[in-house]
Formats: sequence, C-alpha cells, structure tokens
Amino acid sequence: MYVYDQYDQTIVDQRVDQFRDQTARYLAGNLSDGEFLPLRLQNGLYLQRLAPMLRIAVPYGLLNSTQLRKIAFITRQFDKGYAHVSTRQNIQLNWPRLDEVPDILAELAGVQMHAIQTSGNCIRNTTTDQYAGVATDELEDPRPYCEIIRQWSTLHPEFAFLPRKFKIAVCGSAQDRAAIHAHDIGVELVANASGEVGCKILAGGGLGRTPVIGSVICEWLEKKHLLTYLESILRVYNQNGRRDNKYKARIKILVKAMGVDAFREAVEQEWALLKDGPTTLSDEAIRHAKSFFTEPAYLALDAAAANSELAARCAADPIFGNWVKRNTVDHRVAGYRIVNLSLKATGFAPGDITDAQLELVADLADQYSFGEVRTTHQQNMVLADVQKGQLYPLWQQLQKAGLATPNHGYLTDMICCPGGDYCSLANAKSIPVAEAIQSRFNDLDYLYDLGPIELNISGCMNACGHHHIGHIGILGVDKKGEEFYQVCLGGSQAKDASIGKILGPSFSQDDMPDVIDKLLSTYLELREEEEIFLDTYRRVGIEPFKERVYAKAD
Amino acid sequence: MPRLIKAGRIVEDDWQQLDPDAATAGMQQILGLDQWLQLEDKTGRAVLLEPGQAPAPLFDYLGQIPLVAIDFPVFMDGRGFSYGRELRERGFAGELRACGHFIRDQMTYLARCGFDAFQMADESRLEDALAGLADFSEHYQAAIDQPLPLFRRRG
Ligand code: SF4
Repeated sequence: MYVYDQYDQTIVDQRVDQFRDQTARYLAGNLSDGEFLPLRLQNGLYLQRLAPMLRIAVPYGLLNSTQLRKIAFITRQFDKGYAHVSTRQNIQLNWPRLDEVPDILAELAGVQMHAIQTSGNCIRNTTTDQYAGVATDELEDPRPYCEIIRQWSTLHPEFAFLPRKFKIAVCGSAQDRAAIHAHDIGVELVANASGEVGCKILAGGGLGRTPVIGSVICEWLEKKHLLTYLESILRVYNQNGRRDNKYKARIKILVKAMGVDAFREAVEQEWALLKDGPTTLSDEAIRHAKSFFTEPAYLALDAAAANSELAARCAADPIFGNWVKRNTVDHRVAGYRIVNLSLKATGFAPGDITDAQLELVADLADQYSFGEVRTTHQQNMVLADVQKGQLYPLWQQLQKAGLATPNHGYLTDMICCPGGDYCSLANAKSIPVAEAIQSRFNDLDYLYDLGPIELNISGCMNACGHHHIGHIGILGVDKKGEEFYQVCLGGSQAKDASIGKILGPSFSQDDMPDVIDKLLSTYLELREEEEIFLDTYRRVGIEPFKERVYAKAD
Repeated sequence: MPRLIKAGRIVEDDWQQLDPDAATAGMQQILGLDQWLQLEDKTGRAVLLEPGQAPAPLFDYLGQIPLVAIDFPVFMDGRGFSYGRELRERGFAGELRACGHFIRDQMTYLARCGFDAFQMADESRLEDALAGLADFSEHYQAAIDQPLPLFRRRG
C-alpha cells in the first residue's frame, strides 16, 4: 500500500497544526460558528445529535494492521470503544469530544492517516473496488490511480469551496464493485480498440434527493491526461454549479441543465488550456504510484493439493464449508482466497466494529494476509490474500469474535446509515429497522434460498445508505413529526446500474418486517428457476409487489 | 486610507472602488465589470468581478489591466478561486486582489490560485490573515505559486 514520504507527512502534520489552531480560535470565540463549520467539516468533524462525529479517511479502503490498532486505541482512549465503517469506506467515531479532536488527528498522523476532506463541499475520499489487485475479473489495478487522485485532490487550492460535496470512484474490473455510476465522477479503466488501457470518464451521477446515473463524458482518455481532465470538469462545476439551493447544487443537476453535450464541450474548452500542462502525468509519476501496489510475496502453492485439502475440511465441518462458500471469493492467484469479514451480525448496528475486534483483525491480517485489511462500501472488511490452507484457523478465530456471519451478499448483509440514532440530519432511525429485519430473517436456509439481495437503508434523502441503488431500498421520511419508511424496488449498483422505483405510500417502523416479508414471498412465488430478486423484479415489474403489499385484508 | 495585504505586508491601498452608479471614473478607481466593458480604452483601468461574472470578457485585455479584483461576498462561495487561477494561467500578470469576506483560513488557497493582494471587509483581521499565509510549506498540486506538481518534484 502507499507509504508516506517526508512530503506527505509534512502536509498531514501541518494540517493537524492548522486544525488545532482553528479549534482553539473557535473555542476562544475568535472564529464564528459559520466560519468554523466548513473548516471542521473538511477535517471530518460533524456536530451531531448527541455528540460530535469524526469521520476518518481510509483512502480507497486500504488499512494496515498498525493503523487498525491505532484506531482501536483511539476508540478506547477518546470514544466508547467502537467504530463504524461507512459507505465511503471511511471509519467514523460517534462520541469524540470537540476539544480532543486535534489530539485524535495527531494520533492518526502518526500512522499516516488523517480526516482531510471526509466531509464538506470539497472533493471527498476516492473509493474503489474492495477486491482491487486480487480480483479475477480485473483489467488493471485501480489503486495507483486512486492514490494519484488522492494526492491531487488533497487540499486542492481551487476546489475547497465547491457548490457541494464531490465524490469520485474508480474501477478497473469487468464487474463494477465501486458503484461508479452513482458518483459525481466515475473513472473506469478500459482498453481501447488497440488494447491500450485508458480511462473512461463518467460525470453527473449521484444519489440524494434526485438520483441520477452518470453520463459518459469521455469514452477513452489516455492515462496521462487523467488529472488535467478531472481538473477541467471540476473547474466547469466550480464556476457554474448552482449555489442558490443546496438540493440543486450537485454536478448531476448542472450536467442535466446544460445537457451532456454542452457540458462536455465546456469541459473540453477548459481542457484545451490545461491539457499537456505540468499536471499531465509523467510515466515516472504513474510508475511511482504503481510501485506501492505491487504483488505481495505470494507462495507458489500447489493449487490442486490446496483445493482437495480445503474440500475435505469443508466436508468434515459443514459450518466452515458454508462460510467458505458464502464469505470467500476467488483470488487471482492459485491457492489463495479473498475473505469477507461480516460486520453484519444480528444485534449489532451494521458496519460497527469494537476495539477488541479491530485488534483481532489487525492480528489476523498480520498472521494471514500480509498485514493489510480493506474496508468496503457495503460496510464490511476484507482480508484479501489468505492461503486456502489457512482458512480454517482464520475462520475459527473470526467465529469466536462474531466476524464470521455467513451472510455475505444476502439479505441481512444490508447497507445501513447511522440514521436517527446518531445523525442530526435524519428523518428517521435506520438501525432499528435493520435490526428488526435481521432478526425476522435470521434463518440461514431461507436467506440462501432467497439468493443474493441488496437491501439498503438511509435515514433521510441524503442517501448515505444508498437506498436508491439497493434491490430493495428503504428511506426514512418524516410525516408530521413521525418516522415513516418509504420502500423502493429495483435499484442496482452494478454495471447495469438503475435507480429504484418507489413502491407506494410509506410504512410505520413496526410494519417494516411484514412489508419485507410480503415482498420476498411475492418474489419467491414469481421467480423462474435461478432468477435473483432483481431479475424477477425487472421481468415482472413493480405491480405484483404493490398489489401484495397494499392488499386490503379481507 | 483603507489597508490591505500586498507582497506579504500590510500596506495602504492606492486604489478606490467606484460607486456602481457613478457617471465618471478616475484612473485610480476599480470599475464594476459592466462599467469597465463600456470603456473605449481599457489601458490602465482596473476591474472588479463578482461571483457569476466569469473572467472570459477580460481575456483579450490581460496585458493592459493593472488590477483585477475578485469579490468574495460570502466566504463559502468558491467561484473566485477558479476565476483567479484561470486569469493567471492565461497570462495575467497584474495585481490579483481578493476582496470581501474571505477568511484567514483560505489565505493559502487564495495565494496558490495566484492572488497577491488581500483586502478584507474587516480590516482588524488583516494581521491574523497574514499569519494564515504560512499554514503550509508543501503542496501536492501544481498551482500559480508552484507551477510543478509534487509528482514532478519528488526525488
Ligand atoms: S442518510 Fe441522512 S440520516 Fe443517514 S447518515 Fe446520511 S444524512 Fe444521516
């Protein structure tokens, strides 16, 4: 993974000093609430319902064991002993004290971490595929480009006061695991007709109040032009994005208003000025970035032997076998597997992880996966490089720690924002809804019979829980001061991305498990052969689901 | 006389902002964009841009303009950062002045975008703003103060 040199360290250290000074000026009354607001947001600090919330950047979801242990330490020392993995692959603390935040940031800087631009109207943490570098369907590892974008976007002087937040995702594989269509800018590594890998650039995707699938702005761009092209898009947006209404301020609204072609033309016009300038990536810059994401020291394993040994283990211990089947994924290198650690045990808020679990994961990463861990936008964690022969002892330890729930990709592996329990913007709570659904559908055989289903829950229109792109989406709404839930169906974050359609009038919290039950049984009755929920929905449409859910009891 | 930051020091201003309704303007006055556009001879005449007034109409005159002032009526409106930087990238070499309600914590960004004069609505904050210029000694991006991005300087 990327390792800081003295330049990176200087920038992050000076940022800590700057924020310490800003906090002191604020607490002394020399900086108004309004002035402190964007400054603290751009250091990841929200003032929430009950306490501040600090969002720590995990650049494109990559952490090493030292960093994990530091986070465990911070949750114990400054918080309540647990952290939360967000849908931007970041880590959130729910109970820090404002006056201690500079100390937390200093602790983070000590392990090459920060909270820069994890919030506010600026370029946010760049996200990517949690299986980057190890996926079997990968054209090229997206992480060097994520790191190049991270450096370019960090404290960018021109783009720190944009009309609204700005999110970039990069993917380099056949299957899109980074939801690039739902981002302000999506970058996909693609080959052109002559086989050279370059960047396809999408812009104007996004969730929130007006969900939009991104439009292709450039079909294929030489890699060296990546940053100047992004800079041109940002400049068009910074100058022309709406600033009079925060619900119309995202780039998706600008692209819609101008039309894709006019938007592209404006970008190309800016680009004419910046193209081939100093920000053009040199071969050396790309090589340098790539040098941090080389292969770890994989062993040359006997694949056939590893497979038969694993098969025997799985047969001898079916619970282990089931976990291998559900929670581990094929690896590019023979003899290895990718392991998903589930942060979706029933009874715990989705994405939450305790200090002890963090430390255990750090130890397991050291022992089994080259000391690295990834966070995922589905709010889980990944050990990317585990030898097949070591899956069994790994599983035994994960199971003891509650990290081996074999539900990866199934209904109870849901995405859920912190919602009304923590977030001051919420219209409704989201965690209790997730828990009620998890408890109701905790029969594993039933879950597996349902097949892969993505269920996403957001506590308000801001859509941090990505409800629009869940196969089933749940959105908290406020009806005359009471919490209700709207359901949408048919969203998808895959390459065939789609925005879910609203089912109808919203429901009370108590009704939600029954509503989900009706949706699922409708699907089970209508599905053909091996169809997954989304495919059945796409074939039959919303009507049968609507009829069942809103049928009058006779 | 009003004061501002120039070349890293607090100095007195030798320009005045023109009343938008004034019929005539003296040479040492900063004109609004509309007034400025109406001038037959723009040589030596300064102009003020508000958010929403992109600098494109100035591009043909960059060699003649001694001063472009860019207003920040609210500090959260960041359009002026792009205006300033683009003017510099297109070769504007005169004074580039930020004025209005920007704050100390934006000084580094402004300077990096090519601003070299800073006129704050509240003059009592100038001293503090001067200190803000020293918040960072190293940067990733190419900008006006450092035309090479870090990836071309790492060694
Ligand atoms: S979706 Fe709304 S309630 Fe949930 S975390 Fe985001 S802002 Fe808060």
